[in-house]
Amino acid sequence: MTATRTSNAAALEVDGVGISFGGIRALDGVSFRAHPGEVFSIIGPNGAGKTTLFNIVSGLYRPTSGRVRIAGQEATGLAPARLARRGLSRTFQNLQIFFRMTAVENVMVGRHMAEKTGFFADLLALPSVGRQNRATRAAALALLDRVGLADLADQPAGALPYGALKRLEIARALATEPKVLLLDEPAAGCNAVETEEIDQLIHAVAEGGVAVVLVEHDMKLVMKISSRILVLVQGKPLVVGTPAEVRADPRVIEAYLGSHGETEAARADR
Amino acid sequence: MTDAAATSPPSRRTWSPRLVSLVFVTVVVAVLPLVFPSNYYLRVASLVWTSGLAVVGLNLLMGLAGQVSLGHAAFLGIGAYAVAIGPTHLGVPPIPSALAGIALSALVAWIVGKPIFRLKGYYLAVATLGFGLLLALVLTSESAWTGGPDGMPVERVELFGWRVTGALTWYWITGVALIIGVALALNLEASPTGRALRALHDSEVAASVVGVDAARLKLTAFVVAAVYAATSGALLALMNGFVTPDTASFMHSVEFVTMVVIGGMGSVVGALVGAAILVALPQALTVLQEYETAVLGLLIMVFMIFLRQGIVPGLIGLFRGMRR
Amino acid sequence: MAEFLQFAFSGLTVGAVYALVALGFTLIYNASDVVNFAQGDFVMIGGMSTVFLYATGVPLPLAAIIAILTAVIVGLLLHRLAIEPARGASPVTLIIITIGASMFIRGVAQIVFDKQFHQLPAFSGDRPIEILGATLLPQSLWVLGGGLAVFVALWLFLERTLIGKAVLATAANRLGARLVGINTAVILAIAFGVSASIGALAGVLATPITLTRFDLGTIMTLKGFAAAMLGGMGSPLGAVVGGLLLGLIEAFGAGYISSVYKDGFSFIAILVVLFVMPRGLFGGRSVERV
Repeated sequence: MTATRTSNAAALEVDGVGISFGGIRALDGVSFRAHPGEVFSIIGPNGAGKTTLFNIVSGLYRPTSGRVRIAGQEATGLAPARLARRGLSRTFQNLQIFFRMTAVENVMVGRHMAEKTGFFADLLALPSVGRQNRATRAAALALLDRVGLADLADQPAGALPYGALKRLEIARALATEPKVLLLDEPAAGCNAVETEEIDQLIHAVAEGGVAVVLVEHDMKLVMKISSRILVLVQGKPLVVGTPAEVRADPRVIEAYLGSHGETEAARADR
Repeated sequence: MTDAAATSPPSRRTWSPRLVSLVFVTVVVAVLPLVFPSNYYLRVASLVWTSGLAVVGLNLLMGLAGQVSLGHAAFLGIGAYAVAIGPTHLGVPPIPSALAGIALSALVAWIVGKPIFRLKGYYLAVATLGFGLLLALVLTSESAWTGGPDGMPVERVELFGWRVTGALTWYWITGVALIIGVALALNLEASPTGRALRALHDSEVAASVVGVDAARLKLTAFVVAAVYAATSGALLALMNGFVTPDTASFMHSVEFVTMVVIGGMGSVVGALVGAAILVALPQALTVLQEYETAVLGLLIMVFMIFLRQGIVPGLIGLFRGMRR
Repeated sequence: MAEFLQFAFSGLTVGAVYALVALGFTLIYNASDVVNFAQGDFVMIGGMSTVFLYATGVPLPLAAIIAILTAVIVGLLLHRLAIEPARGASPVTLIIITIGASMFIRGVAQIVFDKQFHQLPAFSGDRPIEILGATLLPQSLWVLGGGLAVFVALWLFLERTLIGKAVLATAANRLGARLVGINTAVILAIAFGVSASIGALAGVLATPITLTRFDLGTIMTLKGFAAAMLGGMGSPLGAVVGGLLLGLIEAFGAGYISSVYKDGFSFIAILVVLFVMPRGLFGGRSVERV
C-alpha cells in the first residue's frame, strides 16, 4: 500500500511511551508514527502491552513517561473526550457497547460531536432537535450500511452476535469522522467471510486518509493489509518494519515460537 | 429476533412510546378527579404528583445517566424552605421566592456537583449523602431562620387578590406541573443530550472516546434533577402550608431512590408508579396501623424480587412474554 | 489534656461501634457488591432482644447470646428469602431489597418490642475509671475490647480457615471463585450470617452506653456506610480505621466546635477525603480495565 503523506507531521506520533502499574513496567520506550492513509499494525504475544498502549494513546491511562502527539500537536494525557475532538477514536477488544440501545442508536452516539442542538433546545424539543435527530439517524444508517449491518439497525444491540458487535463498534468510531482510528482486534471472533469484509472495510477507511492503527491476532489479515508493523514483546518494542521485514526477522519468529508460541497457535486454530 | 422487529416496526412512528407516556399521564391526571369520592383522595393524589415530579427528575440522573444520588431530598428542602423563608423573613412574595429557590438549587447543584462527579458508584452516593445530610443539619439547627426541628409555616399564595387554596385547586396546579415535568423529561430523553446520557450509563469509556464529555453531562443531569426537586419542594410547601426538615432528610432521599428503582429505572411512567406506591400506599396502609411499616417493607421486597427491572418495565416484559 | 482524652475516649467508643457496622458492610459487599441497608438493623436486633430477654429474667450473658443468634437467623433468612431469590439482579435492585428488608425489620420490631428507648445495665459496673483526669466508663472497655476481638477473630477466620479463604477468593474474583468450585451463594449466606452476628454484638455492647430503639438501625446504617466508604469500600482494615476516625471526628467536633453540627464534621471530613482519595483511605488506586 502506498501511504499518502500529505504533511510532515504524522497523524499520530508516539514517542518513548512507558507506564508502570504498582512498580511493574508494563510498557517501556515504545515509539512509532502512523501517517494518514496507512494501516499501522501492532502485534505481539499475549500480555505484550498492546491494549495498554491503546489505552494510553486514547487517554484512558496517563503514561509514566513519553509523549503522544496528534497531527503534530501535544496530546499526552488528554481526556478521551478531548482526544476525540482532536480526531482520535477507537474500538475495544472487550466490547464496550451501549447494550440498552439499538444498533443504530449506538452509532448515533458516535455522531455526538457533530450534533448542533443545545441543551434548552433539547429540553423543549424545538423543531431543530427533530431535524438533528433525523440527520444523525441518516448518517448512522449510512455507516451501518458501510459495515454491513443495515438490516439490523433497529435491533437492540444486546441481541446482536459477537461479530456484528465488533463491526458496530467500528461504525460508531467512524461516526466521529476520525483522523486516527485505533482498532483493537476487530476480527476476533469473526468467520472467514466476516474477516474478509473487515479487511476491505479497513482498507477503504485508510484509503480515505485515516491513519488506522490496528491490534490484531489474525496474522494473515495483519500481513495482508498493514503498511508497517510494530512487534511488541513484554512491553518493549522489538521490531518495526514492513510485513515482509517482520516476517523474515528471526527475533520475531523466536518471540512467537518461543515461550508464547503455543498460545498464539491456539488462537490461530480458533 | 423477528419478534423484536414486530413489536417496534419503524413504520408506526406516529405513536412513539414517548407520546404514549405523555398521553397516559395526562389522561390519568385529567380523569382521576371525576372518580374521586372526596377531597382526601385529591390531596393524596396531589402529594403523588409533587413527589412524582421530584422522582421524574431523579430518574433523569439515575435511570438515564446511571448516577445514584442519596441527597436528592436536599434540593427539595432548598425549594421548600425558599418559599417559607422568603415571605417570612425577607418580605419576598411566595412566587418570586419559589423561583429564587429553584435557581438557588440549580446553582448549589452546579457548585457541589463539579467536585462530586469525579467520584463513581458508591463513593458518589456517599458524597451526595454527605451533602444532603449537611443541608438537613443546617435546616434543623438554624432555628432562627428555619424554625428548627419543628419546621415553620408557609404563607399562602395570593395571586391578584385570589387566595390559592382548596384541594381541587392544588390538584390541578400539581397535576399540570407534573405533566410539564414529564413532557420535558421525555423531550430530553429523545434528544441528542438524552442519547449521550444513556450512552454514559451503559459504557462511560465508550461514550468518552466518541467525544461525549461525561463530567459535563453528568453535571447537567444533576442540575436538572435539582431543579425538578426544588420545584417539587416549593409546590409541596405551598400546598401544605408548612415545612419541616424531614423534607430534606436522608430517609426522604432514600425514599426517592426507592421510588425510581421500584417503578423501573429509566421509565418516566415507572417513576410515577414508584411515587404512587410509596406515597399513596402508606395512606392506604394506615388502616393496618402499627403493621404499616412492616407491610410496606415487605411489599418493596416482593416487588423487587419478582419484578427486578422495576414494576413498569417488568410488567411490560411479562405482557410481551404472554403475547408470544 | 483531660478534656482531649475525654473526647478521645468517647470518640473511640462510638467509633468502635461504627467500625463493627462497617465491617459488616464490608463482608457482604465483598461477597456480592451489595450495600446492605439492613446492616444497622442487626445492631438494633442485638440490643433490643437482649433488653427484652433480660427483662423477662434471662441472665445477661445468655440473653446476649440468644440475641446474637436471633440476629444471625434474621440475617440468614434475609439472604435465603430475599437476596437469593433475586440472584443475578443488578446491585441496585438488591440494595432496594435490603432497604425494604430494613423497613420490614423496623416495622416488626416496633410490634414485637415497642417504641420506647431502652438501656442495659453496664456489664461490669458504672464506676468510671480515672485516667489523667479524664474518665472512662468500664463499658467503653467492653466496646473497644469487643471490637478488637471481632477484628482479630475475623482476621483469623479469613486467613486461617478454608471457608474464610473461600470468602476472600469470592471477594477477589467471583467468577474465578465459582470456576474453582466455590459455591458463591453459600459464601454470601455466610457473609450475611457473620455480618449479622457482628452487628448484633455491637448492639449488645453499646446499649448500656448509647440506648437503643426500634429505629436505631437507620442511623447505624448511615454511619456504618459512611465509615466503610471513608476507609475504602471492601477493605476490612479500612472499615475499622474509617469507623474509629468517624467516631473521633464526631467527638472532637462536638467537643471543641459545635455539638449541633456533630454529624456535619464527619461528613465534611468524608467529602474532603474523597476529593483527595476518590476510593477512600484504603480503597487503592483503580485502573480501569477495558
